[in-house]
Amino acid sequence: MNRAASEDANVRTYEDDGFRDTDYQAAGRTRNRLKSGIDRLAGAMRLADAIGAGTLKRFNGVIYALALFALGAWAWASGILQSIWELRDDVIYLTFGEWRDVTEFLSGDFSATLQHIPLVLVSGLLAILVGVPFGVWLSRPYMARYAEALMQVLNVGTTIPTLAILALSMSVLGIGSLPAVFGLFVATLLPIVRNAYAGCSSVPSHLIESATGMGMTPRQIMMRVEVPNALFVIFAGIRTALAINVGTVPLAFLIGGGGLGELIFQGIALNDFGMMLAGAIPVALLAVFVDFLLAQGQYWLVPRGVNPLR
Amino acid sequence: MIRLDELTKVFGTPAGDITAADRIDMEVPEGEICVLLGPSGCGKTTTMKMVNRLVEPTSGRIFIDGTDVTKTDPITLRRRIGYVIQQIGLFPNKTVEENICAVPDLLGWDRKKSRSRAAELLELVALDPAVFLKRFPKELSGGQQQRVGVIRALAADPPVMLMDEPFGAIDPINREVIQDEFLRMQSEIKKTIMFVSHDIDEAVKMADRIAIFDSGKLIQYDTPDDLLAHPKNNFIADFVGGDRTLKRLRLITVEEAMMKDPPRVTADDSLSDAVAKMEEHGHQSIIMVGPRGRARGAIRLSDARGQKGRVGEHYSKLPTTVRINEDLRNAVSAMFSADETWLACVDDDGNYKGYITQRGITHILGATYRDQ
Ligand SMILES: Nc1ncnc2c1ncn2[C@@H]1O[C@H](COP(=O)(O)OP(=O)(O)OP(=O)(O)O)[C@@H](O)[C@H]1O
Ligand SMILES: [Mg+2]
Repeated sequence: MNRAASEDANVRTYEDDGFRDTDYQAAGRTRNRLKSGIDRLAGAMRLADAIGAGTLKRFNGVIYALALFALGAWAWASGILQSIWELRDDVIYLTFGEWRDVTEFLSGDFSATLQHIPLVLVSGLLAILVGVPFGVWLSRPYMARYAEALMQVLNVGTTIPTLAILALSMSVLGIGSLPAVFGLFVATLLPIVRNAYAGCSSVPSHLIESATGMGMTPRQIMMRVEVPNALFVIFAGIRTALAINVGTVPLAFLIGGGGLGELIFQGIALNDFGMMLAGAIPVALLAVFVDFLLAQGQYWLVPRGVNPLR
Repeated sequence: MIRLDELTKVFGTPAGDITAADRIDMEVPEGEICVLLGPSGCGKTTTMKMVNRLVEPTSGRIFIDGTDVTKTDPITLRRRIGYVIQQIGLFPNKTVEENICAVPDLLGWDRKKSRSRAAELLELVALDPAVFLKRFPKELSGGQQQRVGVIRALAADPPVMLMDEPFGAIDPINREVIQDEFLRMQSEIKKTIMFVSHDIDEAVKMADRIAIFDSGKLIQYDTPDDLLAHPKNNFIADFVGGDRTLKRLRLITVEEAMMKDPPRVTADDSLSDAVAKMEEHGHQSIIMVGPRGRARGAIRLSDARGQKGRVGEHYSKLPTTVRINEDLRNAVSAMFSADETWLACVDDDGNYKGYITQRGITHILGATYRDQ
């Protein structure tokens, strides 16, 4: 009965429009929405894969090449390229940081500063490691009574802009990479938890019944039936979450967190277009790259039988 | 053997208590198929699910081969009971092979053994292992999924099977095919089976015994023929339908109803011999057989009397014959369509084995009433 209740309850999932999804209404979002979400996602990702796999029509390729060439010519002529080139050491440092800082930070010395990619990795991995098990746990029958209430809390949490989350985090934890990691972690966590919860609770009840009937223990049902069948949706959540994460990292600079935000914000403050672009272009590339990686992961790691892409 | 003893289930709902099973007493003998039948909501599924403890009884007991189920650990119990549900419930994330091996894997069977068993079982239901083992459920047709669902329940060779409308989600034609296939399998494996259905025709076809339920009560538990011939009350009579005697035709084979060792003539016999034979048996016609005993034609008394010559010169062709392993429904249908009151019965090779008459059919259907 519990399971049935949680199944019919409103579940809401993140899709590729994670940033704009603030028009949230609790009522009426059911599994259908999840399904159509998956379909849309699948469509979008097929497109992305097509591009990623280099199967572009040659015609499109020519247009892109021309556009790129025009952009490059303009950048060169206006001297922006040169100023970016001069900043290359800064760009590399702010992107990758130093290994020593990462190990120090992870071993508990929070005065070490994490730069862009370490910020993404630390906060993102933390969010995945916490969010997936938490979401799965919420979908357990004995949690049904509290799960919906908790999801409401998380939904409210999502409507808070990420910048505000960072600010709140700073007001509690002070300045530096720690509040940045924490703020990013919180912003990343929500979609992951929600998709893990929605994915697991929308596994059809007859699958659970047939698993129970053949003598699986609740734990075996979770690991062999529920999680594998929810994996595609879980992955979709992780993709959305990391898109939010990567998009928010530049703001970490504002609370002393490090990263490419430094170039962007200083570029804006100094009216230095080149400096701003030296920060913005790698940020954009990184976002595309991360999503590409996750798309590949989603394609290859989710079993073929439950993978709409395969 | 499955025995239910005063088995009762009461569901407490906000709208009041619902008695889904009311003191059910019944026994499914070893190796038989028992079909639970009845209108929607009468408690078939509930009764069945108490056997593998998916539903806990309110009171009463269940014994499988003498052991009290309610005192067995449910996980161990369920691994010894094959379970098939209407929605089939194949795991979409697993291949056909992994699905079939689900229970053997739970039981810790040797991988090699379970995988080769999966291939064997697929062959049993006419699916090529080379093609299907590595497929995922979404890559199977509905009928193929249903077959895999059934053999998955058989994988660990459980002595007892529970099947909840296992062939419900499939079109009538393919359902017949799967039913036949399953009956052929059952004649070899001889499992003790509880089978839920709401289709009287399916029940008559599959069951050794039928249990008819109405609002939680077991109303009648009998062999299909007894149930159709002697419905206990109006509810059962209505449920099995006004054509219940016609349904009984399915339960009797031509062989059981035909007259055996019939008189016969060959092409070389003279007409006067034929007439003598017919008069001796009081028949209006007689079958002419070929040299190896195949039914070739018939000769009528009115045509032969007073004529000279050999049978081979005067016989007429047989309008139709019926095979001895067919059921009476087919025989009657053939009689009606050929406008005949009797038919010659042949075996698979066409050898003349006997004849069947409308009177003989009426007689055998009526036997159950005269015995009382
Ligand atoms: N978990 C439950 N809680 C409350 N009532 C239930 C529950 N399960 C079944 N019932 C009720 O018990 C009665 C018997 O249900 P059951 O599922 O056994 O019917 P059934 O004979 O299998 O019907 P169908 O042919 O429609 O499957 C029904 O009235 C049903 O509403
Ligand atoms: Mg039912």
